[in-house]
This record gives sequence, C-alpha cells and structure tokens, in this order.
Amino acid sequence: MKINFEHNQSAHCENGVVSNLLNYNGLKVSEPMVFGIASGVFFIYIPFIKVNFAPMFSFRPVPGFIFSRVSKRLGFKIKRHKFNSKEKAQQTLDAELSKNNPVGLQVGVYNLTYFPDEYRFHFNAHNLVVYGKDGGDYLISDPVMPQVTTLSAKELEKVRFAKGPFAPKGHIYYPTELPNDVDLKKAITKGIKQAYRHMLAPVPLVGFRGIRYVAKRIRKWPDKIGVKKTNHYLGQLVRMQEEIGTGGGGFRFIFAAFLQEASVIMENPKLAELSVEMTAIGDQWRDFAIDASRLYKNRSRETDAYNKIADKLDAIGLAERAFFLDLKRAIK
Amino acid sequence: MKKEEVPQDESCFSHTDMKEVVYAVDKDGKYGKALSSGWEAKTIALNESLDLIEEQLQETIQKIKEGELSPIAFYMESQRMDVVVLSGYVGIWQWKVKRHLKAKTFKKMSDKTLKKYAEAFEISLEELKNPKI
Repeated sequence: MKINFEHNQSAHCENGVVSNLLNYNGLKVSEPMVFGIASGVFFIYIPFIKVNFAPMFSFRPVPGFIFSRVSKRLGFKIKRHKFNSKEKAQQTLDAELSKNNPVGLQVGVYNLTYFPDEYRFHFNAHNLVVYGKDGGDYLISDPVMPQVTTLSAKELEKVRFAKGPFAPKGHIYYPTELPNDVDLKKAITKGIKQAYRHMLAPVPLVGFRGIRYVAKRIRKWPDKIGVKKTNHYLGQLVRMQEEIGTGGGGFRFIFAAFLQEASVIMENPKLAELSVEMTAIGDQWRDFAIDASRLYKNRSRETDAYNKIADKLDAIGLAERAFFLDLKRAIK
Repeated sequence: MKKEEVPQDESCFSHTDMKEVVYAVDKDGKYGKALSSGWEAKTIALNESLDLIEEQLQETIQKIKEGELSPIAFYMESQRMDVVVLSGYVGIWQWKVKRHLKAKTFKKMSDKTLKKYAEAFEISLEELKNPKI
C-alpha cells in the first residue's frame, strides 16, 4: 500500500512535514510560507537549562508550535494522538494509512538508522511523514532527507517510543477539515505581527535583547568559567544555529525567503526590501559562526578575541532590533 | 547568502548521497532552495561536542577501573544518554538511576533490575556485568 505522496526535501523538519502534508491535501504552501505564517523566527537564551553540558539557546519556537499556529491562522484542524500502548500506536497508524491518509509522526533522532552517526543524539522532537506500507516496512518521507526511505515496523516503533525530554509517545498527527479557500493575507499579517512582537519583547533573554545579553556574557565567560567551557558554550550556540533540523542561522534565510514571497501576495514592496535586509543579517550570523569555530579550533587564549566575537554578536542583536522595528512599520 | 556561496565543504555525510537544503538567492535576488554538502564551521562545532563526549567517556572508564563508577555509567555515556534519558528507557526513578551508577550499589543490584538496563542498552546481562573497557 502506497499513497501517492510528494516528497519535498526541506531545510527544517517541522516546516517540511507541514508543507508536504498540506500540499498533499490540496493546499499549496511552501516551506518558507509555513515558517513565516507560524512566526518561526525567534531567539531565546535559557542559561538554567543545560543540554550536553552547555546552556540552551534556541532559534525556534517550541516543537509543535509551527503546526498549531499554521492551523489556527489558515483555519484547519489537526487531529493528534499519543499512546501508552505500542500496539495501539501501530494499529492507529495502519488504520490511517489504509484510509489513504499520510500522517506526521514525532520521533526520536537517536535510533533513526538512516541518519549519519554524528547527528544521532537523544533529541525527541524530529518530524517525518509515513505515506505507506510495503510488507513489514513503512514508507518514510523524512523532510530533511533528499529521498524517501523505509523503516521496519520495529525500527519505527523504537523511534516513536524514544524516551527522555519531549518523549514522543507515538505522537501521530494529520490535518482535517481543510477550508476551501484560505485568507493568506490575513495569516501572513498575523505571522509577521507575532514575529516582531516576540523579537522585540521587553524580556531580557528573548529576541534581540536575548542576543545582546549573550554577547555580554561572552565577554565575561573566559574569566568566569575558563576558556575551555567558553569554547564549548560557543560551540553549542553554533550547533543550535546551524544543526540539521534545528538550524537557526539558516532560519534567517528561510524568513527572508518568506518575506519575498509575502511581498508579492500582500502587494507590499517594503517587504521585499526587508527580505534583502534579513538576508544580510543571515550572512552576519554565518560570519559569527565562522569566527566562533576558529576560536575553539585554535584554542585562542587572548580575551580580546572573545571581545571581538561578542562585538559581532552585539551588532547582530542591534541589526535585528532595527529590522523588526522596520517590519512593524511595514505591516501597519 | 548567494547560491554560489552555499558551502560545499567536507562533512560527515559528504561521502554519502545526502545533502542539506538551504535557502539562498540567485543572480536576480530571487530566493530558492539550494543543496549543501556541509559547512566547515558547523562540522567543527559538531566535532567539538563529540570530542567532549569522548573525553567524558574516557574519564568514566578511568573511574570504573578505580572502582568508583559502575558499568552502567559506561554504557549510558557511550550511547550518548544522560540520567534523564536512561531513566525513561529503564522505567526507574532518576534518583535511583543515579545510585546505580555507583560501583558500590551496582554490586548489590538484583539480576532482575540489571536485566532492565541490559535491555535498554541492547546488550546481554553478561556484557553489562563485564564491560569490555
């Protein structure tokens, strides 16, 4: 049994699953459009939660938010199930497939056999689509992979019941009751409004203030926690910025792509100009990552190097502030 | 990022047919998807974190040999788990898992409990009791 499902590789798993599932159901929206409507552009620094011995930085909203925001703003419903029983989880999946309904699944990354070993961490908020069954194997469309692939029933069960933070518990989801015509303009406006509200939020660890705060910390880290730990923290920041599925620097480019698309739909040329600005900010993030990686590769001990990199990050924070203020004016 | 600037560096998947999608602008400034075989800055960050895990693992092995930690600590770290994740897989409270990491407690553990750990690590009971380290 195989559903005629179109696999489109994407930059980020959740955007990709949403975009591919909606396309299948007759609602054509691109990955950047999904990302923009869901206000996917974000920054938060959470010093009191440690992941892999370093504080948490995130360039995206909490996993799952993208789909729920898109559904709310485009006006469709999502059916979700979580399970305690592995048998029930598989039965529900099989039942949906037999109804010709491709479904999204939340899975853990560690046991995904087709991922390169270096990417296999116990991260439980990855997303993929199951679009059929061939004997005992499930047909898998993982949006970050170039081609479709398969997983045996046992392999799939393992990733659906991965344990730890964000344990998926067999989480299965699919859109229902799609509207005949959607108001893209309204959805785009809502997405943009929430994006600048969050990025300009008067909270110290969030948005552009969060970025500037991290820059300030980088100046102090070498003296306070030592060069080795500082380098590890910077490594974490770069990984969160660029890693597969969670990439944040990459997110700036997706947002820029969204603004370009939105500019045409909204007939608002200012958004196209802002797309160019966002591209420049994305390039600044890339520069920052290169400098940071040089720092911990060469194990430089001069504190001046950390001040320089902090300057760069601070400049990004200021650039994002100016950008989102402009965006606010542009959408009025 | 311009399409011609999309990094094509060596990475952990550059010798497979896997590539990552990134968004970049073409000559006319129009956005579209482009494929990247990997980026050095990212690979360095990833390796830095893997090195740290390896370093940690070597320290743990040393502590097991010195009789301070139990083999559970070794298998936990070699499978990139922490106490929270392991606690989920074995279905044992975190504070208990923490105790099981100590060599002293490990000696007193029943085979029934040890089996839970062996299953979580997908190894035999024998391997859990006598790790090859």
